[in-house]
Amino acid sequence: MELELLTSTLARALAFGTPLLLAALGEVVAERAGVVNLGVEGMMMLGAVAGFMVAAATGSLPLALLAAVLAGAVVAALHGVIATFLLANQFVSGLAITIGGVGLANLLGKEWVGKPLAAPMLPFDVPLLSAIPVLGPAFFTRQYALTYAALVLAVVIWLVLFRSRPGLTLRTVGESPAAADAAGTNVRRVRFLAVLIGGALAGLAGSYLSLAYRPAWGENITNGMGWIALGLTILALWHPLRAVPAALLFGAFFTLSFRLQAVLPPELLTLLPYLVTVLALTLIAWRGGRGAVGAPEALGAPYRRGERE
Amino acid sequence: MMRVRWVRRDSKPALLTFAVSAASFALAIGAALVAFKAYGLDPWAAGATVVQRTLLDGRGLGEVVRRAIPLLLTGAGLVVALRARFWNIGAEGQILAGAVAASAVALFAQGLGPMTIPAIYLAAFVGAALYGLVPALLKARLGVNEIITTLMFNYVAMYAVRWLINGPWRGKSVTGFSYSDRFPRETYLSLLEGTRIHVPTLVIGVVLALGLTWLLRYTRLGFSIRLLGEAPDAARYAGVRLLPTTLALAALSAGAAGMAGAGEVAGIHHRLIEPTSISMGFGYTAILVALLARGHAWATLVTAPLLGWVLAAGDVVKVSLQLPFQLTDVMTGLTLLLLVASEPLLTYRPVLVRRPVSPDGQGTGLALRSPEGE
Repeated sequence: MELELLTSTLARALAFGTPLLLAALGEVVAERAGVVNLGVEGMMMLGAVAGFMVAAATGSLPLALLAAVLAGAVVAALHGVIATFLLANQFVSGLAITIGGVGLANLLGKEWVGKPLAAPMLPFDVPLLSAIPVLGPAFFTRQYALTYAALVLAVVIWLVLFRSRPGLTLRTVGESPAAADAAGTNVRRVRFLAVLIGGALAGLAGSYLSLAYRPAWGENITNGMGWIALGLTILALWHPLRAVPAALLFGAFFTLSFRLQAVLPPELLTLLPYLVTVLALTLIAWRGGRGAVGAPEALGAPYRRGERE
Repeated sequence: MMRVRWVRRDSKPALLTFAVSAASFALAIGAALVAFKAYGLDPWAAGATVVQRTLLDGRGLGEVVRRAIPLLLTGAGLVVALRARFWNIGAEGQILAGAVAASAVALFAQGLGPMTIPAIYLAAFVGAALYGLVPALLKARLGVNEIITTLMFNYVAMYAVRWLINGPWRGKSVTGFSYSDRFPRETYLSLLEGTRIHVPTLVIGVVLALGLTWLLRYTRLGFSIRLLGEAPDAARYAGVRLLPTTLALAALSAGAAGMAGAGEVAGIHHRLIEPTSISMGFGYTAILVALLARGHAWATLVTAPLLGWVLAAGDVVKVSLQLPFQLTDVMTGLTLLLLVASEPLLTYRPVLVRRPVSPDGQGTGLALRSPEGE
């Protein structure tokens, strides 16, 4: 009985944590290359609305997912150009994308508010894996394809980042762009691609909400999840595998908070995850000591040959 | 063969800075006209309607100023934070914190007599400053990223206000709606005849913009703030103490936003109401107000009315043209994006260099080199 409670909580934590995980994985890639993307929230919103509109118009989920990924990547390209080629302030650029992106997504989705999707993404069991005790019902039963994909992606991104040559190059660009440049790496191109990947995953994360989890369009459907994903990236210490338990923790927190309904008014329950993000970041900074958190050395600093920023 | 090389400028040219800001803004307005067209309206007629109802009509102009007031206070405060590169994205929550503190005084502290209104502003300043101090403390002591914490606090404040108006502060005489009881008469801020311009807050805003300009220019704290932003390493050697400076600038920035919140509830709504109606994104728009001001607190006296006009225009777009008000968010985002994308023009100047180029990528032909001799 207690085991069942554990597995069902984990299962729901995973369902809730999926968009956070997808977006955080994208941000891990971008930040490992040295670029902060504060536009995650806006890219998630645009991915969510693009996916929803295409799904509603064509009924095709693959096309909808493609649209979501493209929406995220196109806006990310804008951020990538500003942050890496124009060497301009990437905080302002990301913020602009979030403000404008959330507005644009709400604008585009206006006619669809509250309308459910006719052919949403359906959950399914993974053959064989779902039969494993505890892990099966927790992670591989009645979840959405995007959830399974997020778990696979965490492993793939880890392999690429930490076990491959291109991954090493990407991390070098984030730690010491001058060294990477001296070794013949095109710093700007690597950073630009990393930002594109980040945006594509943010778009995908958004579409999970509008195509699978809800599945409907609602104003401000992401409701700050993009910002929580940015916090998760730090919490995971910029590591794709650690992003999984971090996302699960937040997902579990969201699910468990519903069980407190008898004790706490709903408004206070809704604000807890945001407060917990702050607490979690504080704890991790406390434990690591000042500056010892392990952020990529050149995070947020534009690179121009021969110039110290 | 010639090629263009971008060389770092010694300082940002003032005229070009202004031109680039104005051009970014003009392009965003152009985009709005295109949007009107996309919605099937005649862009010029729609544009004329917007101008007519915001600038050429007394009530409309009043609405522009009404929105400029919170933007002025919040924006001037944000200039101080941005000057130190403290990315306070939490003004939206700090406005709400100020509104809550102001409401607490208005609802529960009777018998203050002539001190009622000063007490409201003071409570709002202190309440919001305390709220803004938390991320600043975490940043200065533990290095916790202030962008994320201040943003999270926006959501915390929003849901906390919702809880207050649905729970403990829910009005006794209120049925069906969620808001507090009406404030007593003596808490009402005086309005300019026929408008919703609450004069005391406007005066505070103007004084604040000028006062913060003075503070940044002539005081030790201002010097510390500027140095912290421009050269953090040098600041350490110059004896700037990180913790007190960060706390001071965060308290100023958040406190200013808090007084804006007091103005909204005591000047206009006379109740604590739904948070998104107290601050309709003022905290986010104020970031643009501060960035357009380019580090000068006094310049918010120009940029706040400008953005106040954009917000008022958004209202006209919604009411008169029946278009979604989210257009203003898209415009704000676009202006910001154009502004930041044009930044390199101000930092670097193009120089023609003759080939050949040496292996390290630097021009060797013409001796047109930057002053630093890159």
